[in-house]
Amino acid sequence: MPERNGSEVAWNRRQFLAAASTGIVGGTVAGRASAETLADVPTREPGADLGALSARSKYVQIGRIPEAGPRRRNVDPADAINSKAPLQKLVGAITPSDLHYERSHSGAADLDPSKHRLLVHGMVRKQVVFSVEDLKAMPATSRIAFLECTGNGWENWKKADGNLTVQNTHGLVSTSEWTGVPLKFILGLVEKETAATWMLAEGGDAAGVARSIPLTQEIVDEAIVAYGQNGEPIRPAHGFPIRLILPGMEGNLNIKWLRRLKFGDQPWMTRWETARYTQLLANGKARQFQLRMETNSVITQPSGTMQIRPGYNRISGLAWSGHGKIARVDISTDGAKSWQEAQLNLPALPKAQTRFQMDWIWDGKPTKIVSRSIDDKGNVQPDRDSFIATMGTNALFHYNAQQTWSIDQAGRVENVLS
Amino acid sequence: MAPLSGAMAFALVSSAVASEFGRPATPAEISLWDIDVRPDGKGLPQGSGTVAKGKEVFADNCAACHGDNGVGGIKDRLAGGQGTLASAMPVKTVGSFWPYATTLFDYIHRAMPYQAPGSLSVDDTYAVAAYILSLNGILPPEGKLDDHSLPEIRMPNRDGFIPEPEFSRSRK
Repeated sequence: MPERNGSEVAWNRRQFLAAASTGIVGGTVAGRASAETLADVPTREPGADLGALSARSKYVQIGRIPEAGPRRRNVDPADAINSKAPLQKLVGAITPSDLHYERSHSGAADLDPSKHRLLVHGMVRKQVVFSVEDLKAMPATSRIAFLECTGNGWENWKKADGNLTVQNTHGLVSTSEWTGVPLKFILGLVEKETAATWMLAEGGDAAGVARSIPLTQEIVDEAIVAYGQNGEPIRPAHGFPIRLILPGMEGNLNIKWLRRLKFGDQPWMTRWETARYTQLLANGKARQFQLRMETNSVITQPSGTMQIRPGYNRISGLAWSGHGKIARVDISTDGAKSWQEAQLNLPALPKAQTRFQMDWIWDGKPTKIVSRSIDDKGNVQPDRDSFIATMGTNALFHYNAQQTWSIDQAGRVENVLS
Repeated sequence: MAPLSGAMAFALVSSAVASEFGRPATPAEISLWDIDVRPDGKGLPQGSGTVAKGKEVFADNCAACHGDNGVGGIKDRLAGGQGTLASAMPVKTVGSFWPYATTLFDYIHRAMPYQAPGSLSVDDTYAVAAYILSLNGILPPEGKLDDHSLPEIRMPNRDGFIPEPEFSRSRK
């Protein structure tokens, strides 16, 4: 499914029908077919020298998009506040670390791990300073979990720009395997007082980003002070040398460059949990400490600015929920009038992105495609109309309405509201 | 953060048990990092500043990004917007949206000015906070702020927030 203006393959209808009749539809339709016979395939030859790092193929063009805010894209990196993951070019459920979305409030801190320290204090019996080596020496856990900026989807609150890709609309979510120390182990070391019901987590970045975190049983059980991402030390953009990971909770809570945990009996009301990351409702009131990311999904293939052909198409996308596992994803190819169950690529892990797919024969008539996810707690991703009826259009954060892509007669795919 | 002699050895012993990770934090070094401020004023350092002084500090350190009088800059608008939150074009500022004045001190002190966070003195931080509050009509032009008066300020949008029920039970 090339993006528009890209090269297009001549569709061989006879091949498609042959495949369909033998029931093997489901493979990837080839991209640009420049080797028409096997004789045109280049001969084998010795490859590149082995090196310390393996680069991506020169044939793969893939990268994030820095932006300065809603509708302010492709800006000078110095003005960017985030950089979005290329969801339309990812094929599994794990995000490569260098393509994981990035959001920072004062740039990516450059921290020397030998000098970095984590201070744990407040309502604990032992106030302790940990080095990074201390943390790496502790019992470790690994977990695959998604991270999502609470601003993800912000392009579509009030209106839809038909020129947007899925990277523009949904590129502030990614999934990694995170490795580190269970917060619970640290709580045991410092002997947290039972009256301490809140934890302030603070970063060592210039902004000193700080959030108050309610110590629910779920958060205490699942939080990780992480130093590893996808098998390697966390990269600076994502919090090196250590960051907090709170599976399922809004991205900003997962404090990067973590340097302080303080325990108390009430929230601190930092700028990030009052002036930012509170959800303004139509009546002028704002929801606060709305920390959990809701059930969400988006079709990534085909998606905005791509072009499809009549006949066989494979619809594929990503679904995730801060409540738990994705249990089911439905796809509509007729503008949400009827729904079919998509296939989930297993394993579908709790609070991790899950890839879904479905075969589809497009009859060439204009239509709309939509996905709808349902998690194992029974939460159903809302349609846009009911979502906006509840939230209004000023909320700015936690947009999880169903994403609709329209397809015109020429097969052009465009972002629309519903 | 003066390193404590011998502390690092603890982390590397092979037979480490739980109680041997890390080292005790001293009160003196905790005070270096313990910058957070609660709505009840806990954590506020002693000091004071006037609106007049804050106007000078703001012009030197803040106006380039936030505009003269906290409006019209390339970064967040700081003043005005009261009464707009329920409209189609809400303007969220310190005066229209922020529920606690203590947050203003905390944020300026920890994160501003952007290129040199932490470079303002405690008194200058109170002064800038006082000036921003005066731009919003919350303090008079001859006003002054200190660690006792700041938490007493009732912000216009103090009651504008609805805590999420799921995460309210651990609130006091």
